[in-house]
Amino acid sequence: MKGSYAPMSVMKRVSLIFKSKANKALDRMEDPRETLDYSYQRQLEMLQKVRRGVADVATSRKRLELQMNQINQQSGKLEKQARDALGAGREDLAREALSRRQSAQGQLSDLQAQYAQLQGEEEKLTLASQRLQTKVDTFRTRKETIKATYTAAEAQTRINEAFSGISEEMGDVGMAIQRAEDKTAQMQARAGAIDELLASGALEDASGMPRDDIQAELDRMGAGGSIDLELERLKGELAGGEAPKEIGAADGAGAAAAEPPAAASATEPAEPAEPPKRDDGA
Amino acid sequence: MIIRILGEGQFRVDDATAAELQALDVDVESAVERNDQGALTAALGALLVRARQGTPLPPDSLEPSDVIIPYEDATIDEVRKLLTDEGLIPG
Repeated sequence: MKGSYAPMSVMKRVSLIFKSKANKALDRMEDPRETLDYSYQRQLEMLQKVRRGVADVATSRKRLELQMNQINQQSGKLEKQARDALGAGREDLAREALSRRQSAQGQLSDLQAQYAQLQGEEEKLTLASQRLQTKVDTFRTRKETIKATYTAAEAQTRINEAFSGISEEMGDVGMAIQRAEDKTAQMQARAGAIDELLASGALEDASGMPRDDIQAELDRMGAGGSIDLELERLKGELAGGEAPKEIGAADGAGAAAAEPPAAASATEPAEPAEPPKRDDGA
Repeated sequence: MIIRILGEGQFRVDDATAAELQALDVDVESAVERNDQGALTAALGALLVRARQGTPLPPDSLEPSDVIIPYEDATIDEVRKLLTDEGLIPG
């Protein structure tokens, strides 16, 4: 049973597909030297492509990082709002803030999972890029040796060997790039959606209430509180009649009781002001 | 035998390991045939764990592999495409 499967095994068939790709590419070439140079060009292009891939994944990862920070801040703000609301005796508001905080935390752990995934992708692609670089270097050396040393018949065999080895690597790296690009594109679509969410305030607004209404309510309460205090103060002043007003006035002047000295001192500055004028005149 | 794990690189394994890998590969095959993604992921996982115990080929090697194992999180669809000429392999 096993024997009948083995020749058609998945891993064998995949390798045959890779080999057939390499052979087709080889067959297209007429001159072995052309094969070597053409393949080397393709390798350099692939190296550039994989490096771009690494950079793209890194950019996506950084964008996620930024979003995670934003959501973290939002979560901290909501916690503070919950505390403020509780301090003001508004348990309903505190509850609302905490429920939004929970939803922000949910988004955050979602992003953290994506972040880990992108990090893994970046790592894999970086390694792939290093592997390919080493192989391309080896290929270049071997290419020059083959060109310089061997007879045409020998060259063909050696070219085929080198070519199928590097071509397999190229196929692998090409797929890795494709996969990383697909993943990055998916993440970017999601990241775009989260940016929109953040911008619209929907993350602060788990309940469909107007944006940041918790803060508005807290502000209103704060403002209301200080207006009440103002009112109390004014009421107190009015209720106290004339006397409190005078006391207020006296307080305002600070040294109202010392009016005569103040008047005296008022004349004094006038005098020193004159000498400078004289100086100017002189 | 030289094996390549897609996205991870190449390893050299001895004959005993190669035989084990081939046995594990049967599960991959049948998971694909049965269209069973869970079984595929499990079978690939087992295959890869064993394959990674091989000796990594030096980075400057240009040797082609005898067999190629799909990446760990491959879907049924992706494995199927890997098995066709028009599949996932670029160029």
